[in-house]
Amino acid sequence: MLVTLVVASVIIFVVIEVVPGDPASYMLGLNAAPETVAALRAELGLTESKFSRYLDWTGGMLRGDFGTSYTYRTPVSTMIADRVLISLPLALYALILSTLIAFPAGIVAATRRGSAADVGIMGATQLGVAIPNFWFAMLLVLFFAIQLRWFSAGGFPGWDQGILPGIKSLTLPAVALALPQASILARVMRSSLLDTLGEDFIRSARAKGLTARQTLWRHALRNALIPVLTIIGLQFSFLLAGAIIIENVFFLPGLGRLIFQAITQRDLIVVESVVMLLVFAVVVVTFLVDVGYAIADPRLRSGLQSA
Amino acid sequence: MPLPIQGCAAGYKARESHERYRCFAPGYRVVVFYVPVMRTGASKAKIIFGGSIALLFVIAAVVSFFWTPHDVTRLDIANKLKAPGADFWFGTDHFGRDIFSMIMIGARTSIAVAIVAVGIGLLVGVPLGLAAAAFRHSAMDELIMRSNDLVFAFPALLIAIMITAVFGPGAINAIIAIGIFNIPVFARLMRGAALSLWTRDFIMAARVAGKRSLRISIEHILPNTLNLIIVQGTIQFSLGILAEAGLSYVGLGAQPPVPSWGRMLAESQTMISFAPHLALFPGFAILLTVLGLNIFGDGLRDYFDPRLRREGR
Repeated sequence: MLVTLVVASVIIFVVIEVVPGDPASYMLGLNAAPETVAALRAELGLTESKFSRYLDWTGGMLRGDFGTSYTYRTPVSTMIADRVLISLPLALYALILSTLIAFPAGIVAATRRGSAADVGIMGATQLGVAIPNFWFAMLLVLFFAIQLRWFSAGGFPGWDQGILPGIKSLTLPAVALALPQASILARVMRSSLLDTLGEDFIRSARAKGLTARQTLWRHALRNALIPVLTIIGLQFSFLLAGAIIIENVFFLPGLGRLIFQAITQRDLIVVESVVMLLVFAVVVVTFLVDVGYAIADPRLRSGLQSA
Repeated sequence: MPLPIQGCAAGYKARESHERYRCFAPGYRVVVFYVPVMRTGASKAKIIFGGSIALLFVIAAVVSFFWTPHDVTRLDIANKLKAPGADFWFGTDHFGRDIFSMIMIGARTSIAVAIVAVGIGLLVGVPLGLAAAAFRHSAMDELIMRSNDLVFAFPALLIAIMITAVFGPGAINAIIAIGIFNIPVFARLMRGAALSLWTRDFIMAARVAGKRSLRISIEHILPNTLNLIIVQGTIQFSLGILAEAGLSYVGLGAQPPVPSWGRMLAESQTMISFAPHLALFPGFAILLTVLGLNIFGDGLRDYFDPRLRREGR
């Protein structure tokens, strides 16, 4: 995991550093005197060697110091902290919604395989996978914000206005983010549960007199959870990345909008740091999923230790 | 005995699920439930149904090179924001451009980006996966698989953002970003499939006949994995169309004046309250193309391997 992070940070640094435009001359505009540009370059630390700048950047990140934004001259860490407070709750909200939709849907579809409910749910998930989530978000805005006026079409009031208004303004974005993920998750839940229901121990459980419902809740679900857990872990990274697009639909001031502004303003240190943060989140979540396996399935514990 | 794959302890079963390998303890039966009879009739119906939807858009893209109902390069302010009707089937945008014609041309962008991106994934990923399997447990295998893990840590959108930050937005950069994302998908698929083939008797026979790893990979392994490649290619193709739409929507894809479905949606957003048709039709175009491709892919998978249960992606 550490190796991945270090290599990823090198890649991000190298890719971003080969950018043709010089941030200092970009900030000062076309008419700036060469001496001024040189002075600013020195002030931003651009004159140092690439290697020492890389060490500065990564070393700073470890201490929670992400450097100073070229454009706003404020610490990048505070800019990111403000934005994370929107993007992270949004991704978590979507994850919860997707799980809440997918579990019942997958369970119903698996336990009543071949029924009208199963066919309906599978058809709906086929649609859900194919819908571009930003388009679905626009349709939500059209219907719930413009026609019904239940929600605002975009923007974020800030958490200081209270938790409820904040959650309310994140609801439509979270639904839009959750739909495709819920569809995928429901399909995985269904197929995994179908696998488990075919196992011998399910027949044994039924044979010792448990009802179908008891068997499902006590034995089948727990065993079916492992593949589902993998997908939930993977989805978190998709949700974080997807949030970048959805934030644009709803004009939410999250990490996504920050990174797009930073690109247009050549604020490279912000781009670097946000990308690194997202990669970090993905790697950590993947690791947590591995740990989660061991909790869900004791048989895997020895394997995890040897790996 | 199953080959230990990618770090799984001996005797453990590796399973590819959602493009990742997981190890399972001995006795954990991974695939126990088969849909008993997957009627080939049903899979053929899916192939034909999904395929025709997808083909419709391919035809629209090809026809758009010769003919569109209206000229989309000419501004026609007199006819701006017309609702769908007899003259403009899907209505017009704020410049008076015909939405139907723009969708036809937009299909070109979507399909071209997705095809080239899948091509990159295939051309780079398949040889990598074959090589990793041919020299399994070597330093090269380790290097290939670890680099794959690394690329997986970057969602496609982040790759696109980084490329855009460096080279500026554009269709080519969108292709590269989606293409890079496709590489580990194909590499993992190939490695997994090839590893199980390497244990088979006919490969052993080929080795006994004196063939080298490279030749066996090309002559025996590759042809036997074509089914998988085709199915995965279809899936990545539809994901590529979605990704291209998303990138164009945030302005990282095809740039004006090249019409693209994602950008049409982005432009329609400010007018959605009084001209919802601008947002509806490009969205349906994306939805239908992706849906058609997914159904087509599902059908192909069932057709090639009737035992394979329909695992949700």
